Amino acid sequence: MSTVILLAVTGLALGALYFLIAAGISLAFGLMHVLNFAHGAFLTIGAYAGYLVASGGGDVGTGRFVLMLAAGTLAGALAAVVTELLLIRPLYGNTHAQLLVTVGLSLALVALIEELAGSDARGYHSPGWANATTEIAGSAIRGSRFLAIGVAVLVLAALVVFLRRTRYGLIIRAGVENRSMVTALGIDVRRAFTLVFALGGAAAGLGGVIAGSYFGQVEPRVGTGLFIYALIVIVIGGLGSLTGTAVAAVLVGLLQQFLNYYAAGVGDLSVLALLALVLLARPAGLFRSTAS
Amino acid sequence: MSSPLLEVTDLHVRIGGSHILQGVGFTVAKGGVTALLGRNGVGKTTTIKAVMGLVRSTGTITLDGAAIGGARTFAIVRRGVGYVPEDREVFAGLTVGENLRLARLDGADRWDLVFDLFPELKKRLGQQAGTLSGGQQQMVSLARVLLNDHRLLLVDEPTKGLAPKVVGEVADALARAAEIATLVLVEQDLKVVRRLAGDAVVLDHGQVVHTGDAAALLADEELTRRLLGVGMSEGAA
Repeated sequence: MSTVILLAVTGLALGALYFLIAAGISLAFGLMHVLNFAHGAFLTIGAYAGYLVASGGGDVGTGRFVLMLAAGTLAGALAAVVTELLLIRPLYGNTHAQLLVTVGLSLALVALIEELAGSDARGYHSPGWANATTEIAGSAIRGSRFLAIGVAVLVLAALVVFLRRTRYGLIIRAGVENRSMVTALGIDVRRAFTLVFALGGAAAGLGGVIAGSYFGQVEPRVGTGLFIYALIVIVIGGLGSLTGTAVAAVLVGLLQQFLNYYAAGVGDLSVLALLALVLLARPAGLFRSTAS
Repeated sequence: MSSPLLEVTDLHVRIGGSHILQGVGFTVAKGGVTALLGRNGVGKTTTIKAVMGLVRSTGTITLDGAAIGGARTFAIVRRGVGYVPEDREVFAGLTVGENLRLARLDGADRWDLVFDLFPELKKRLGQQAGTLSGGQQQMVSLARVLLNDHRLLLVDEPTKGLAPKVVGEVADALARAAEIATLVLVEQDLKVVRRLAGDAVVLDHGQVVHTGDAAALLADEELTRRLLGVGMSEGAA
């Protein structure tokens, strides 16, 4: 029983990381039809921004960790906005060029971070409570797992409130359905594009700090590694569907953890099998694209 | 004679190697309804989309003397052009209320007019637009532009696929809309055209082949049949 609980919580935490990176990719694709392969690098940038704040000296307490979260969020958002304005915006309507540019950017950002910070993994500072364990039904679970789950739930709730209660949220939900009709109502949808990129980058940057705390280390390829699974998550969930992304992230995280433990490490393979099954049964994913 | 509200000159549109519009030119006077007519596939919807900036075009398009050709779609709307697309294009996943709030531009406040014209919508504000009937969706589509203070409304086949009773309601709404804005109406139902339109522009093979008084055109059975492929006696083209 204790093993099941441990696997369930770590699976949920891993799913939370996938959600933090996948939410932005899904919304950007749903609204703009841009599949941003550099999105994983935004998570890495956020993780290193948090690392810089943590390495300012002294122990990392809760206050410093909040600053790390803020720095990661800000860095991710900034990287995303700059990318959208300078590289994506001039190429709207040219999907192939966008794809190539974002793949190139992803590779370049990883190389840049390796140049600046080295390619070796570095230990990630977290507050004591994130590394401490809590016993639940006999299983000892690290605080960083609960942190990842809590942050993902908060981000999901914030995105849902934003999408449902604000005018820009309304524009994004409508734009995911029919972008040209939104512009035909007199709305400059490009602002919504930038906002979606900023929100997605912020979530990924925040996810970078959470990932650092979860893994206990950071390295230049952390984001691009998670990106592959995030991509699978959004395809399973349905491109453009936030609910689908959240459900698929949990499914993938749990499946990976349980099968890696009980079926001699076939968890990663099982994710691909799930992807194939969903594509065969529901090619558009589990949920339709309504950005809700 | 006052200057036209909309002036289209030598408009060309090429899509996927097809030369859809081949030098279309016409003017729309301020006030009233101008019908844009023609058989299926002659370029009526493409003309509307070109004016809205929804398809790439060459030529000159002016609104009240100011060039709008080449402007981005949202900017054209902001200059006072409302668009009711063929097939309604309501946001199916949004509620009726959300569809309307989305369309309401800064400072616009014609809720009373909209709910006076379409009392049905007031009762269905919380209903998902995708679950509405075709007629109700058309009401949403019309209401979205009537909420705003547009000078020109481009209305593309508003009665297409609707039951006769609903066609009458839509025609009533268009008549009210024509009191507050100039309308360019693409319409296959010649009874609706005869009721609403003052002027007519007829397209064929991507070119304007006739302009003039709509009533005079429809009164000429032979001319109507030659240009539109159907006579007034059949009711709808």
